[in-house]
Amino acid sequence: MAEPILEVRDLKVHFDTPDGVVKAVDGVSFAVAPGERLGVVGESGSGKSVSFLTVMGLITRRYAKIEGEVLFRGRDLLGMSADEMRSIRGKGMAMVFQDPLSSLHPLYRVGGQIVEAVLAHEDMPKKQAWDLAVDMLRRVGISRPDERARQYPHEFSGGMRQRAMIAMALVLNPDVLIADEPTTALDVTVQAQILDLIDRLRQEFRTAVILITHDLGVVAEHTDRVQVMYAGKVVERGNRDHIYYESLHPYTWGLLQSISHIDRKQDRLRPIKGSPPSLIFVPPGCAFHPRCPYVMDVCKQQVPDLLEEDYGHASACHLSREDKRKIFSVEVQGQR
Amino acid sequence: MVRYIIRRMLWVVVVILMITLFAFLVFYVMPPGDPAVSFAGRRPTADTLEQVRENLGLDKPTYVQYGLFVKQLFLGDEYGWPGFGFSFASQVSVRDQLFNRVGVTLQLAVGAVIVWLAIGIPIGVLSALKRRSKADRLAMGFALFGVSTPVFWLGLMGLFVFWYKLGWAPGTGYIPFGESPFQWFTHMLMPWFVVALLFAAFYARMVRGNMIEVMSEDYIRTARAKGLPERTVVVKHGLRAGLTPIVTMVGLDFAQLIGGAIVTERVFNLPGLGNATVDAVNRGDLPVVLGVTVFAALAITIMNLLVDIAYAYLDPRVRYT
Repeated sequence: MAEPILEVRDLKVHFDTPDGVVKAVDGVSFAVAPGERLGVVGESGSGKSVSFLTVMGLITRRYAKIEGEVLFRGRDLLGMSADEMRSIRGKGMAMVFQDPLSSLHPLYRVGGQIVEAVLAHEDMPKKQAWDLAVDMLRRVGISRPDERARQYPHEFSGGMRQRAMIAMALVLNPDVLIADEPTTALDVTVQAQILDLIDRLRQEFRTAVILITHDLGVVAEHTDRVQVMYAGKVVERGNRDHIYYESLHPYTWGLLQSISHIDRKQDRLRPIKGSPPSLIFVPPGCAFHPRCPYVMDVCKQQVPDLLEEDYGHASACHLSREDKRKIFSVEVQGQR
Repeated sequence: MVRYIIRRMLWVVVVILMITLFAFLVFYVMPPGDPAVSFAGRRPTADTLEQVRENLGLDKPTYVQYGLFVKQLFLGDEYGWPGFGFSFASQVSVRDQLFNRVGVTLQLAVGAVIVWLAIGIPIGVLSALKRRSKADRLAMGFALFGVSTPVFWLGLMGLFVFWYKLGWAPGTGYIPFGESPFQWFTHMLMPWFVVALLFAAFYARMVRGNMIEVMSEDYIRTARAKGLPERTVVVKHGLRAGLTPIVTMVGLDFAQLIGGAIVTERVFNLPGLGNATVDAVNRGDLPVVLGVTVFAALAITIMNLLVDIAYAYLDPRVRYT
């Protein structure tokens, strides 16, 4: 792998609450190469959003106990002053959020909000920044961008708002774009358009894209590598084919089985039994063991390490490699 | 927008008509006594009473009296437009009396609004940003004190401490600005603060609540994600959204004060509308009471309209048709 643009080492984000310590992120490591597409998959509460809000510096030590390293172009963001961090946010790394309506300020014009992002980092005349904003709106596929730039977010449709958010994020050509469930709040027909747009712009701008989602279907088409998160930890990591055709973790199996396939005869979806664990009282041993159909005694006591089993393919599970292969091909692929 | 304003103006007329009707019923029809008795001197003869009734227009049937009142209000009377008739007690124009007095009340209200916004907004914003800090607790303690302190107590305590004991304040009464700007200012200062304290406390709490809510909005996170300096995030994105609802409150609270800050004007002996109201009620001077009522109602309905219009400019999502 080329020199990573973003590398996270053993990141921990713990929140002190009156009920106890919430271990939202508990020892997460990963690296992203320039121009790469990384998918991050997990249920709500798996720590995927919190990890990347921390990477962006949007969760700070004022609110949480943060440990580990976040290296951007080799520099540790966690050790930076607020002002240094601010100069990277929006310019080096940008983020697109889930709900584009609430993520845009309702009282300012869309163009003005993009201009603001430009002027926060670049010293240029307002007129020039405005032209840049309009040009960017055109590039994300908004027709009549001059006119649209002067409108307010409520005059945009859901898909257009997300396009505007993407324009805002990419206007300064960042090295990393973090998209936190960018299509969850949108119509299904619009979802594909937005994801294709992100893909196209990634090639134009050579931006690394981190796509956070709970939808493995989205991941299949729009990412190169995937990491699956559960209860604040990475439980499986590999390239796309590893995850889809050779998955080595029971939690990923569960996710794969709960995807619906319209093209196959299927009686009913198979949901993962139980619900995600409380992040205050994380089950001992493997956090997934209470929901795992293949649980063994060792799972209840020992936390499994994230071990590389093939080149670039790692999983955190006590099952033997042979067992995992067998179960996957019979139970999971046999079903599909 | 123009159509909307015209329609609202017509509604103002309707509301004013309704209010005059209710006010007229309450003050002229429902009380059991005969107003003429109070103004006919001691032990009036039947003839005198008859005379007084005729002079005051009380001899006519009630509906004629009301019709006359409305006619005067919309078309003016011998004293000018709008006509409020003449005072039973002093036999002079109610209109002139109201216009003389509303100036003092306006000065009190405008000054108080400035003071309470200048105190309430910064306290509310800082409290919201430094939530659960000592400063926040102190500020909310002040707010609790402010909302629970009766104005008459505060006014009297202010006079006792700053005038009687310390000798810093000049005491009560009103000095016109034209006579001595400095004296005017020193005489108005304490009334301003006394009126403002309750509102300042109330606004501090409201601004704090609004700001806490706004600062947790997604668009604030977006503003930070863009790399804006924290000050810009708070002022341009947070305050702009957090203070917009306050505009409504300021308009209505201000309008209410124009109707007369009765207790404050009384305590500080300011010749404003509120003081006039109390005097008129005590003397049974019905035209003055009715005049003040209509005046206050007008202030509130018109301010309401202005606030709604202002809102269309402040929030692009609001559109009137």
